[in-house]
Amino acid sequence: MSIDATPENLAAERTSAPMLRVDGLKKSYPTPQGRIPVLRGVDFTLAAGASLALTGESGSGKSTLLHLVGALDDADSGDIVLDGVALTRLSENARAAIRRERISVVFQQFNLIPSLTVGENLSFQARLAGRYDPAWQEELTARLGLATLAARYPEELSGGQQQRVAIGRALAVRPRLLLADEPTGNLDEATGDAVMALALDLVAATGCAFLMATHSERLAARLQRRVRLESGLLAAQ
Amino acid sequence: MRETLWTLAALISHWRRRPGNLATLVLGLAIATALWSGVQALNAQARNSYDAAANAISGGGARTLVAARGGLFDQELFVRLRRAGVEVSPVLEGAIRIGEKNIRIIGVEPLSLPRRSPIADRRTRTDVIEDFFSGPGRGFAAPQTLRRLDLSEGAQPQTERGQLLPPLAALAEAPPGAIIVDIGVAQRLLDRPGKLSRLVILDEETFDEARLKPIAGDALRLVAPDDDSDLARLTDSFHLNLTAFGFLAFLVGLFIVHAAYGLAFEQRLPTLRTLRALGVGPPHLIAAMALEIGALTLIAGGAGVLGGHAIAQALLPDVAKSLESLYGAQISDRLALDARWWLSGLAMAGAGAALAAASGLTKALRLPALSFARPMAWRGAHHRYLGRQATLAALALVAAAGAYGFGQGLASGFAIIGLALLAAALILPVGLAGVLALGERFARRPLARWFFADGRQEISGLSLALMALLIALATNIGVGSMVEGFRQTFDRWLDARLVAEIYFEAATPADARDIEAWARTQPDIAAILPVWRAKTRIGGWPVDVVGMTPHETYTAHFPLIDAPTGVWTALHAQDAVLVSEQLARRLSLAIGETLDISTSGRDWSARIVGVFPDYGNPKGQLRIDHEKLKRYFDDASGVQYSLRVDPAATKRVIENIRQRFGGKIARIIDQAEVKTLSTDIFERTFAVTTALNTLTLIVSGVALFASLLTLSDMRRARIAPVWALGATRRKLAALEMARVMAFAAGAAAFAIPLGLFMTWCLVAIVNVAAFGWRLPFHMFPAQWLVVSCIALGAAFFAALIPVVRLARVSPTELLRVFSNER
Repeated sequence: MSIDATPENLAAERTSAPMLRVDGLKKSYPTPQGRIPVLRGVDFTLAAGASLALTGESGSGKSTLLHLVGALDDADSGDIVLDGVALTRLSENARAAIRRERISVVFQQFNLIPSLTVGENLSFQARLAGRYDPAWQEELTARLGLATLAARYPEELSGGQQQRVAIGRALAVRPRLLLADEPTGNLDEATGDAVMALALDLVAATGCAFLMATHSERLAARLQRRVRLESGLLAAQ
Repeated sequence: MRETLWTLAALISHWRRRPGNLATLVLGLAIATALWSGVQALNAQARNSYDAAANAISGGGARTLVAARGGLFDQELFVRLRRAGVEVSPVLEGAIRIGEKNIRIIGVEPLSLPRRSPIADRRTRTDVIEDFFSGPGRGFAAPQTLRRLDLSEGAQPQTERGQLLPPLAALAEAPPGAIIVDIGVAQRLLDRPGKLSRLVILDEETFDEARLKPIAGDALRLVAPDDDSDLARLTDSFHLNLTAFGFLAFLVGLFIVHAAYGLAFEQRLPTLRTLRALGVGPPHLIAAMALEIGALTLIAGGAGVLGGHAIAQALLPDVAKSLESLYGAQISDRLALDARWWLSGLAMAGAGAALAAASGLTKALRLPALSFARPMAWRGAHHRYLGRQATLAALALVAAAGAYGFGQGLASGFAIIGLALLAAALILPVGLAGVLALGERFARRPLARWFFADGRQEISGLSLALMALLIALATNIGVGSMVEGFRQTFDRWLDARLVAEIYFEAATPADARDIEAWARTQPDIAAILPVWRAKTRIGGWPVDVVGMTPHETYTAHFPLIDAPTGVWTALHAQDAVLVSEQLARRLSLAIGETLDISTSGRDWSARIVGVFPDYGNPKGQLRIDHEKLKRYFDDASGVQYSLRVDPAATKRVIENIRQRFGGKIARIIDQAEVKTLSTDIFERTFAVTTALNTLTLIVSGVALFASLLTLSDMRRARIAPVWALGATRRKLAALEMARVMAFAAGAAAFAIPLGLFMTWCLVAIVNVAAFGWRLPFHMFPAQWLVVSCIALGAAFFAALIPVVRLARVSPTELLRVFSNER
């Protein structure tokens, strides 16, 4: 079921103390020809447990927006507030702590640690955050179909398997916010669909908010709401 | 803490997957530490021995009185001082030979032996006194000295002159290579009746310097306990040279560590970025990396220090022989190293590891949590890298020029060499990149163009190993040319100096007179030339004074560096001297200047009429007319002679002298034997240098091998596309080998001029500052060829395993490159 992000819906979320609030977010990149604006003032909110798809053409700024919300990069101006904490005003170390404990990111390129086994990769962020839960880890491993692969290394897995590990790692920490950047971009359609279904199931199980960047309208339709980035601004769909 | 430990776990997991990489890193650090701490162990061992020797009698911290111009002084002075109430204890030191071994005899007076002396400390004074006075007396020697002489306690060895020593007892505190006896025994053994070497001041508080002058006049001078002994001063250059080579080897070892850690950092970069994305802050990342380096330091540094101990143990006999034959210094042949040495070895390993990892740590600190894909960034980065290298090389060259302008001492000599090596190492990748770019421009076939283009990409990965190889090769050429040039010069010089057929030393001056009188009646003996010796001090340095008689042996052969015509006439007819090159350089003396020489009587002023080379002699030397030696130095040795005989009769004459004079002859030796002994000393002196040189070359080979092995996985990603386009694995492997060989050839080509420059620095600056002599500059093209072949051989063997692995890599493995491409 999809709920369109109409201006009315977005305004309604703002008033009900959303978990994530993004206000007037701007970001540009320097080039030899001068700075090129990518985000020109993006505003949106996301409630706890809600899911939002971010669509747009290649180069529209989806990944940039995701990286800013994930406290991975600095904005030029604007605010990102997660659970009342303004991420844009935090120090480097405090942002690292937020990433460790409240936000998880699933990358298109998986970004697994090649020298750790599947099992070690799955539990890594949870252990790092001090939230390792063996029962939850076991459930995740079973539901992601990774039980027989736990002792293998990432390079010994297929793309779909690696992405399942990445999703498992992200959810093992029970984040408040899960971000996914083209999570099925490196997978074939069938595998991508299977991985996506699994991810949505697990997101529902953890109750975290879910923000996904994708160029696939088909995938976007599977989330509660979707917005489109055009010329650095959000357009409701 | 939790975050740091989990981050550390993730970092360490890299080594689990790449044990070879870890082994390289540990090996590099261990080798670097081993070479450095091995050399330091040798230096520490020698210095401990010098201190032990200096403090054996005085217990350290005491001032001593010595003859103002060096050498010995009359015992009568001691008696007068004691009668006047000056509390001093006499000591006589000298060398004897037992069998083929040189042994230092230390004569002490047990009644006045200082209480703080280790000898008096260990045994009670009464014991020592009783030992000395009871029956045949007693000699004390360190257990290792007894072992060296192959003697056990109670043994009574004979000197080469046939004199019997008192029964020996072991005393751990005795200095190595020495036997402590009663002063009367020492005077008999050394044939120095009524003579002393020094007086140890017993009580500093009651000692009044002003009371010396009225009793002893100018005959004695006071030496402070912290003054370097003559031995320490003379051996300083030897130890500095050793340290310089040890440091060079350490640096070459660090290249391995730097290369291995740098490559590991590159390989772990994705992991580091993922860690940052997962919420690991820079402090945790740095702390984890620092912990990792600390652990590596403990493991590799510990192994390195143990290795250093083994290296020192292996090289110690050669070093000990060198120091003994060059300086008469006896050092212990058993390594005894204190905690400071072990800790400083570990500290050096830690500093080296931190230095090698510094750039990685800095990058990690600056690593953004997010990184963008920069697929073609290598070209820009490559240009920046080359630009930076060239700039640093230029700065190093400017600094080297500055060091040359600053002065030409030992430190600036080594600084110039170090900076030149650094500049050349930095410029090497730039030069190789230039050659490859040129090759790429002229290459026609696509595979050839790829060969050159890909080579440029490979340079940054291999540059550190190539720099290490360049430094090792240049050092080999530089030091090798210097040693070979020195060997040739030394051989020619020996031939000129050792013209006489027989050399002998009589047991006493009276014996010498008997032999001299007999020799004059022998038809086989054409000339008997006294080579008496005396000691003096000039400008604070110990100087030997050697007499010469007017004879064709000298006038036709004695090598002179600089002398006006008529030098020999002037030497014998006027108040004139020849000075050794090192003395002339040390005191900036020139021909025509007048030298004030302290003699046994009043001072003597003599004009310098020539300068002669005196290789291998750490002391200064004056050559004067034999009659003047007798006149001015009444304590001249009076026992050394050389004989000119018909070469065919040499053996017969030696046999005759031995049979006729027996115990009156302390030593007799023919020319060939002297040459063999001298050449042996020469070879031993450079044995350690050669060993360190070879080790450095081996280390650089290991560096190259380690880098190639580590790079081989990364190379697969570059080679797979070319393989996919139709090149065979065998061909690609051959190209890999060709590229590595070409790099090594490039390094060798750079190494030749650099090595020659190093030779010049060594002969024109370092040797002059360290030893006081300047050697002619020689070039040895055959040696260049050998070193080039070694470079190519090292590269071939270093590349063999990675290349064979590449040639045998399965298509599945190559295809995985595409499936795992990130």
